[in-house]
Amino acid sequence: MSGQRNKPAVSMAEIRPELARLRRRGFLRNVLSLGSLTMLTGCDLSTHSGIDGALEAIERFDDRVQAALFNPHRLAETYPASAITHPFRFNAYYAEWQVRPVPDNWVLNLSGLVTDRSPWKLPALMALPQQGQITRHICIEGWSQIGQWSGVPLGVFLRRIGADLSARYVYFKCFDGYSTSIDMASALQPQTILALDFEEKPLAPQWGAPLRLRIPTKLGFKSAKNLEAIEVTNKYPGGYWEDQGYDWFAGV
Amino acid sequence: MDRHKTRPAHPVAIRIMHWIGVYAMGCMIFSGWEIYNASPSLPFMFPAWTGLGGWLGGALAWHLSAMWLLFADGIAYLIYGFASGHFRRDLKPPRPAEVGHDLVAALRARLKHRMGHYNAVQRVLYAGIIVVIMLQVMTGLAIWKPVQFGWLAGLFGGYPIARGIHLTGMFCIVAFVLVHVAMVAIHPSTLKSMIVSVPTEKEEAHERPA
Repeated sequence: MSGQRNKPAVSMAEIRPELARLRRRGFLRNVLSLGSLTMLTGCDLSTHSGIDGALEAIERFDDRVQAALFNPHRLAETYPASAITHPFRFNAYYAEWQVRPVPDNWVLNLSGLVTDRSPWKLPALMALPQQGQITRHICIEGWSQIGQWSGVPLGVFLRRIGADLSARYVYFKCFDGYSTSIDMASALQPQTILALDFEEKPLAPQWGAPLRLRIPTKLGFKSAKNLEAIEVTNKYPGGYWEDQGYDWFAGV
Repeated sequence: MDRHKTRPAHPVAIRIMHWIGVYAMGCMIFSGWEIYNASPSLPFMFPAWTGLGGWLGGALAWHLSAMWLLFADGIAYLIYGFASGHFRRDLKPPRPAEVGHDLVAALRARLKHRMGHYNAVQRVLYAGIIVVIMLQVMTGLAIWKPVQFGWLAGLFGGYPIARGIHLTGMFCIVAFVLVHVAMVAIHPSTLKSMIVSVPTEKEEAHERPA
């Protein structure tokens, strides 16, 4: 596959300033703008921790509302092949030239509340039932595009590995430093798949090779690419963006 | 007995809901600008200093928090508006001729403002902005939950179009606010009437020749 594979992996030094910019916790601290000055009248602008705390509490409330609104039987709209967006937009927390090649001897590791924790190789995943979809990928930034993926329904995979389906979270760890987590109900929704193919071809590195999550009932940042491990857990696992303040449930 | 007949230009409930609405809508607009800036769908961006939230995650936290306040305020206002007779009394749809007459008079600065009474143009604009805000809540729900509320997103032509309508609604609200604030600047006493109790002006006072 193209030059992507030959490009050097990114050193931390190269992306550190960008990461520092993105890793702003306490996202309201030190923010003086027309909006915040106007809307926070009466609040002490030197200590925004109270406001931050309130916003985070409402975010958790929103998550409960979203979980209640989530209908496990409602399917995301599917589209004809003619509706697929070309060119498909690359998106990650880094630029496209920083895409990581697939590590040699790649396996998918499993941990947590599963009975069979042996690692999975690609041919074994390919031998499981496959399912395709043409669905809309909606980014938290507001833009959206229609793409085509196929792979193993996550519900099929979780049952196959003897996962505790009453556990609360499924956590995804990626070899590009990314991570995310979803609720079990969304994990078992039939359109949630471990995708192997994009546009009927094996995933290229920039689309998440060799294995990615594709979940059309959540915002795009939940569809983690370049997977290396899955954990089933009852302990809130967070994720790359969730830890910085993106709303965790992120359902659409 | 006569004292009971002089109602305030704006009842206290309206005044409270108005200012809660100003705060909630302000949060929605300024955080909305920050969200828009994350992926502008038109060839311009809002100046960074106008945004609320500091970054996309913060802006969304504000937007999805203030929406509850705006929703509660809006529902309370609608219930109050119907139950108290406020809509029937003050926002009665005017005849087109009335609107034309009052608009021309207003533009020629000949339209007298009577405290507690809305002219035809005001009635159109106030009723219109209520409809726009209700549409804004519906398109907001459609783009927040385009799968779970797929029928609602479908009603607005799908996610991308609903998002465009949501942006358009914001422009309508901002345009309304600019006109509204300009009118208040021309008639500063109306600002006082939205803060403290100011008696309604008697209708006859103006209809009798001086």
